[in-house]
Amino acid sequence: MTAVDVSAESGIPNDDAPKRSFRRRKRLGARARTGMLLSYLILIGLALIYIYPFIISIAASFKTDAEATQDALSLIPDTITFAAYERLFGDVPFPLWAGNTVMIATIVTLGRVFFDSLAGYALSRLKFKGRAFVFAAFIGILSVPGVVLLIPRFLILQQLGLYDTYGGMIIPLLSTAAGVFIMKQFFDSIPVSVEEAARIDGASTFRIYWTIVLPMARPALVTLFILSFQGSWNELGHFIVSRQSPELNTLTTGVASLVSGQLGSGNQFPLQLAAAVLMTIPVAILFFIFQRRIMNTTAGAEKG
Amino acid sequence: MTRRTAKPVPRTAVRPRRGGGIRRGEARSGWLFVAPAVIITTVFLVIPIMLAFWVSVSDWNGFQSPLNPRVNFVGLENYAAITVEDGLDQRNFGTAVRNNFYYVLFVVPLQTIIALLLAVQVNRAVLRGKGFFRTAFYFPSVTSTVAIVIVFQFLFTASGAVNAVIGALGIDGPDWFNDSTGVFHALLGSFGVTAPSEGPLAEPGFLGISGWQWIAGPSVAMSSLIMLAIFTTSGTFMLLFLAALQNIGSEIDEASLMDGAGPVRKFFSITLPMLRPTLFTVLTLGLIGSWQVFDQIYVLGGTSAGGTISTPAFLAYRSSFVDLQWGQGAAIAFILFVFIIVLTLLQRWALAERTPKKFRQSKATPKVQGGLR
Repeated sequence: MTAVDVSAESGIPNDDAPKRSFRRRKRLGARARTGMLLSYLILIGLALIYIYPFIISIAASFKTDAEATQDALSLIPDTITFAAYERLFGDVPFPLWAGNTVMIATIVTLGRVFFDSLAGYALSRLKFKGRAFVFAAFIGILSVPGVVLLIPRFLILQQLGLYDTYGGMIIPLLSTAAGVFIMKQFFDSIPVSVEEAARIDGASTFRIYWTIVLPMARPALVTLFILSFQGSWNELGHFIVSRQSPELNTLTTGVASLVSGQLGSGNQFPLQLAAAVLMTIPVAILFFIFQRRIMNTTAGAEKG
Repeated sequence: MTRRTAKPVPRTAVRPRRGGGIRRGEARSGWLFVAPAVIITTVFLVIPIMLAFWVSVSDWNGFQSPLNPRVNFVGLENYAAITVEDGLDQRNFGTAVRNNFYYVLFVVPLQTIIALLLAVQVNRAVLRGKGFFRTAFYFPSVTSTVAIVIVFQFLFTASGAVNAVIGALGIDGPDWFNDSTGVFHALLGSFGVTAPSEGPLAEPGFLGISGWQWIAGPSVAMSSLIMLAIFTTSGTFMLLFLAALQNIGSEIDEASLMDGAGPVRKFFSITLPMLRPTLFTVLTLGLIGSWQVFDQIYVLGGTSAGGTISTPAFLAYRSSFVDLQWGQGAAIAFILFVFIIVLTLLQRWALAERTPKKFRQSKATPKVQGGLR
């Protein structure tokens, strides 16, 4: 993972594709070139299938209800209207949902980065009785499927009196076994010598962690930051079972309630699509800023 | 883990002599550092699962605490109600299992094949477009399921974009998300085979579902969700294949071309065998993930299309939170839990068997993937 991350950070493409292609094209004949052309045609066709739905959805969010229903394919609305967006900021408490999501995602992300790196560091570096057991337990927990936690989470929040509070929505998400695991793997891969020097100088464990280890761990922290932000921004299940008050709706639960058509008759596609577009923008921005790292992380997870 | 013990620390310093040495207080810091993660995991994961197990063998109805003295132990009654006792609960569970079975049957192979196709094509794209295509195929994977469901409902509505496109080809498209017709039933129907009124296929069979209903195939509504799943996951799996393809490198590529192997032959006799570990990972991850489908179903309400899009995960939620049959909901969740854990253990065991040490680290892949989605 680290090797991949380094190339990602410096922004250097991690393959020498253009050079290779040049060599290859000289050597290969017309048949190969036809093959390449065919490959591109397939790719462009597939890319259209993947992108076009998003484009016509954005277009439809500026259409009238009737036009969105009758003429779904057109890219340019006959009459451009901002009615859907106006309704989102008028009748629909969209800003409230967005505010909740921003707050929860921020706290959850910071919490995960802090607690998971702390635990990952301890499991990688510090010697203490029970360390092997704690690590084995985290590995076991990795395989607990998230979807079966819905009922258990509700039960415990109710027992603790945290149901339908911000605390109940946030605290259970503050640490994940996967995050601990990622950080532990990372610390295993960086040399220990700098810390040893600081330790001989008499620095406390927390100071070593805070001033020496964390700055070195930046690539892994950024990875964990992205994963956590995206995960908590898109989280739906936990917010279904941890709250019921409308004031605690997040973007996911709020926008999901639009789909079930609680707001009057008709399909209201422009309104729903406008909400979908707006809720996607922050994740999309994050994705485009960090896309190389995000995609390398996914691939890296498999390579180990 | 074990490798770390070999780090260059004098053995004497590891034993903490109280009050001295450079590793003084290390045990305390160690526990302090893992404490937040351990406490959160214990309180919000381990204890809740035990609590839910109690609920699954109790007659708790959702009022007051499940631990109050008026709640009784009922043994396996809740499990029996959904699996062996004839009745609506059993049929609902059976239908959900059937729906999810067909979902898995189509999603897992299709998303694997499409992810592989995308990866091979993107990998061949030697010009500048590579990054663009990779981004285009991966973007749906980072988007919220709620947003994707909205987009798909819009695309697949009766007068929507999909029907407009296939209408141009002269095909009359269905009202996708509201059509409960089983695809296999429709296929059989086109050969004149219709529902039998008697005989073995008409009798209630496994989980209270008749044989005829078992062979229904995914409904048209479920088929839309199958396409949705493929749309959102193929990008993620494409990246896994892409990483593996880049590891294979271009030497083998060019060598086989020089040897005169055609691209198709090369793919099946050289590339595919080398991709086997990744292929296995993608298939099992897909298997584990697609038995957990919940978000899409919840957003769509879960009871539309004649109950043909309900899944065990959604039924567990609905039985508990809507019908207040907490025992049965928890029982369904536990059956699902055990089933998925078994799949995961099989995967880990097989990966550890077939690959040397280095690959074993991919144990973590399931949850890391989950995070990414």
